[in-house]
Amino acid sequence: MWCSVAAIAQTNDSLRKLDEVILISPKKDIALRQTKPLTSIDDYLQQSGLVSMIRRGAYAWEPIINGMASERTLVTIDGMHIFGACTDKMDPITSYVEVSNLAEATVTSGVHGSGFGATIGGAVNLKRNRTGFSTPGWTTAINTGFESNNSQKIIGSAINYSTKRFFIDTDAMYRQAGNYRAGNHQKIAFSQFEKLNLSGTAGFLIAKNAVFETSAIYDKATDVGYPSLPMDVSLAEALITSARLELKPHNSAISVWDSKLYFNSVTHIMDDTARPEVAIHMDMPGRSKTYGGYSSVVGKWANHRFKANLNAYYNQSNAEMTMYPENPLENPMFMLTWPDVRTFFTGVFLEDSYEFSCHSVLKVSGSAGNHSNTVASDFGLESMRIFYPEMPRTNSRLLKSLAASFGFKKGIEYGFGLGYGERAPSVSEGYGFYLFNSFDNYDYIGKPGLGNEKSFEANLSLGYANKSVSARISAVYFKLRDYIIGRPDPALLPMTLGANGVKVYTTLPKAAIFNAFAEFECALSARLRSKTRFGYSLGRDDQNANLPFISPFHYNLSLIYKKDAFSGELTLGGNARQRSYAPEFGEDATPGYAIVNGNAGYGFALNGYRLYTKIGVENLLDAYYSTFADWNNIPQMGRNFYLNLIFRS
Amino acid sequence: MTCAVFALLVSCSTDDSPAAPHELQNLSLLREISNDTHIIELYTATGSLEQGHNPISLRIKDKTTGNYITQAEVSWMPLMHMASMQHSCPFSGVTKTIGTETLYNGYIVFQMAENQTEYWTLEVNYSIGSVGYSAIGQINVPASAKRRVNSFVGSDGNSYIVAMATPTQPTVGLNEMSAVVYKTVSMMNYVPIGNFTIKIDPRMPGMGNHGSPNNVELTQAGELYRGTLSLTMTGYWKINLQIINESEVLKGEAVTDANPASSLFFEVEF
Repeated sequence: MWCSVAAIAQTNDSLRKLDEVILISPKKDIALRQTKPLTSIDDYLQQSGLVSMIRRGAYAWEPIINGMASERTLVTIDGMHIFGACTDKMDPITSYVEVSNLAEATVTSGVHGSGFGATIGGAVNLKRNRTGFSTPGWTTAINTGFESNNSQKIIGSAINYSTKRFFIDTDAMYRQAGNYRAGNHQKIAFSQFEKLNLSGTAGFLIAKNAVFETSAIYDKATDVGYPSLPMDVSLAEALITSARLELKPHNSAISVWDSKLYFNSVTHIMDDTARPEVAIHMDMPGRSKTYGGYSSVVGKWANHRFKANLNAYYNQSNAEMTMYPENPLENPMFMLTWPDVRTFFTGVFLEDSYEFSCHSVLKVSGSAGNHSNTVASDFGLESMRIFYPEMPRTNSRLLKSLAASFGFKKGIEYGFGLGYGERAPSVSEGYGFYLFNSFDNYDYIGKPGLGNEKSFEANLSLGYANKSVSARISAVYFKLRDYIIGRPDPALLPMTLGANGVKVYTTLPKAAIFNAFAEFECALSARLRSKTRFGYSLGRDDQNANLPFISPFHYNLSLIYKKDAFSGELTLGGNARQRSYAPEFGEDATPGYAIVNGNAGYGFALNGYRLYTKIGVENLLDAYYSTFADWNNIPQMGRNFYLNLIFRS
Repeated sequence: MTCAVFALLVSCSTDDSPAAPHELQNLSLLREISNDTHIIELYTATGSLEQGHNPISLRIKDKTTGNYITQAEVSWMPLMHMASMQHSCPFSGVTKTIGTETLYNGYIVFQMAENQTEYWTLEVNYSIGSVGYSAIGQINVPASAKRRVNSFVGSDGNSYIVAMATPTQPTVGLNEMSAVVYKTVSMMNYVPIGNFTIKIDPRMPGMGNHGSPNNVELTQAGELYRGTLSLTMTGYWKINLQIINESEVLKGEAVTDANPASSLFFEVEF
C-alpha cells in the first residue's frame, strides 16, 4: 500500500522529489486552475522551479533545466526522441507540439532523467493526451483565446469519441500573432508567428489487458519572426507518428509493459527575405528525421517498484547553407553546415525504488548505451576534414549513468542523492561547420573526437507539509568534467560577415553548476492561498569564470483565491540584477526587474456543457525588461490582456 | 608477348602494335596532325585546350599499317604567331605514359590565348629508330573562363610565368594543388625554376572576402610545386598568390583589410 499525504505541492508522487509534474491539458478540469490555459507549452514548463527558458523571440523558447540547455538535457514526447532541424536552435522540440496535444510534462532533475536516453541536467517528457476507454461517448471542446499585446488569436477544437474498446481523439489548434510590443509601447519588429497543429490518437482495446494505440501530430508554423536573430523562419514543420502496444499482465510482478515504434520528421527553413539589410542573401534549410523504438516495463515486487526500458533511435540531421553573391553570373556558394550526420543510439535503463517503510524510499537507477555518429555525406566529410584531416567517418562511444537517492517523509521530509552521468556531444558540437552564433558573434566549428561530458551530482532537499502549510528547500550541485564549450581559435578567420572570429568546440577539464530553490505554500484562509518561490544559481568554469545562461536570483509570489467555480490570482515575479554573467559568450549585466500579473476565471455549467472563461493581464505595469536568457537582450512583452474560453461538452 | 599470339595472323614488329582502347580512358581527341607517313592524335581530358597549363597526350599512327608507334623519341614546339613576331611558351618534355603501349604525354603552358589574328601552332618532332619525322598543325587555345596563368616581372627584374596545374575539378575540402613556375629567358626559351615558395590565400570576394583554414603553401616536389588548397564551400574563389625566393617576395601582396587582393592570383569557380 503506497502511503500518500494530501499536500498542496505540485508533485503527484511526493516522495520522488526530483520529479515535477506539470499538468497541461485544457480538456481536463484542471484547466480552470491554470493561470492561462491556452498559453504555450513554454509557459507551462516555466512553472517548474527547475526550468528556465532561452528566448529568441515570441515563439519557441529553448528549455534550460538546472541551468543546462538542450545539449545537456533530454526532451522527449511520450518517450520518443525528436531532434530539431535548425543549426541555430530556433526550433526546440516544444515548438512542434501544442498544449492541445499534451496532458502533462514530467520534469526530472539530473541523471535520474536518463529514462529515455543519456542526460546530465535532466529531462522533460511531454506526455500525450488520450481520452482512454473510461468515458464512453462523444466529447467535444472548443478553445478560443485572444491576447491584446500581439493580437494573438487562438482557436482550437477537440473531438473525441470512445467506447469500451475503442477511442479516437482529434485535436486542431491554430494560432496567429502579429508583432508584440515591449514595455513603453516599443514595437518589436519581426516577432510575428502563425502555427497550425493537427493531431489524432486512436486506441483499440484488443484484449482485456492489451491496448494498441497509434498517434500522429502534424505541426506547421509559417512566417515566424525571430527579432533577436538576423533571420526568420518561413517554415517549421514536423510530423510525429507512433504506434504503441501496452500490456497489463495479470498476476505478474510487471504491471505495465509498454512498447512503441515511432518516426518523426522535422523540416526547418530559415528565411532572410523579410529583413531590410542583408549582407548576403542565404537559404538555410535543415532536416531531421528520427526512427526509434522502446520497450519498457513497470512493476512491483516485494517492496521494490521497478522500471526497466530498452530504447533505440536513429537520427539523420542535415542542414545546408546556400549564399547568393551580388553578381548574378557568379556561382552560388554552398556548404553543408550539418554534414548529414547519422546518430544511432541503443541503450538500457533500470530503476528500482525500494520502500523501507511507508515513510522512506531508496531509488537507484542506472543506464548504459552505445552512441555512434556517422557522417554520411562525402561532401560533408571532406568539409570537416579541412579541420580534421584524419577524422574517421564514424565515431562511437559508450554512455553510462548511475544514481541513487533516498527520501524520507513523516511530517517533515528530507532527501538526498548522488549521481554520475555522461552525455555525448550534440550534432553541432561534434560536426557543426561554421555555425554562426549571434549571441556572441562567433562562427562555431564542431570537433568530432570530443569525449563524453561527465557529471557528478549531489542533491539535497528538506521540506514540511501539513494541511495548511508546505515548505520545501532543495539544492543540487553538478561537478562537470570535460565540459564541452566553444573556445576562440585566433588562427581561424570567420566566414560570416561581421563575426568576431571562430570558436572551435573543445572541452574544459572542469566546470560546476549549483542550483538552489525554495517554495512555500500557505493556506491563508479556506479560499485564499499564497505561493512563494525563490531560486538561485551559479555556474563556473575551470578558470572560475562564469558560465553562460545561468539564472540570477529569481522570485515569484502569488495569491490565489478560489470559491466554487470562481478563481483569481495575483502574482509578482522577477529577477535580481544579473551579477554573474559571461562576457566571453556575449552576455552582459541584465538589470533586475519585477512583473505583476493577475487573472480571474469562472466555470459555467449549463445543461451538461461547461464553459471555462479566464481573463487576465500580464505585466500589468507595462514594464520594459529583458531577462538573462533573452538572446541579444531582446525585451519581453509589455502589458498584455488575454482571454481564454474553453467550451466543453 | 602479344606478337607471339598474333604471329601467324598479323605481321608484327616491336615498334608498333594495335592500341588497346582502355589506354584512352579519360581522354578525348583534341585534333589530328598528319604528315606523309603518320597521323599524330592529340588528346586532352576535355578534348580542348585553354589558356594556362594543359596536360596533353598523343599517339602516333603509322598511315600504312594503321598501328600505333610504341617506341619513339618525341618532342614538341608550340609557337604563337603574332602580328609582328613569334614566340613560344613553357612546356615539358614528352615521355611515354607509364602503363600504356602507345601513349605519350607532357604539358604545355599557353601564357596567352589566341585571338582573331593571332594563333598557336604545335610542331611535333619524333624519331623512330634512326629516322626523324615532323608534323605541324594549328591548335585552338581559347581564353580560360577563370584565370589560371600569370606572366609577371619579379622584383629581381626577371620575367616569370606561373600556372596552376591542379585542381582541375575542385571540391569542397582540402584539394591537392600543384603549379609550375618558369623564368622567361627569351621569347623562345623558358626555363623551369625551383626552390621558390608559392604562398596561397584563397578568398571569396563575393562574401566579405573570407578565407579558408589549413592551406599549405606550394613548395617544389619533383617537376611541380605542390601544396594544399582549402575550399570551404562552392562558388567563386580568388586564390591570392605571393611568390617568394628565399625571403624576397618576387611578386604579390598579402591580403589585409586595406588590400583585398593580391596583384597575382588564380581563380576557381565550382
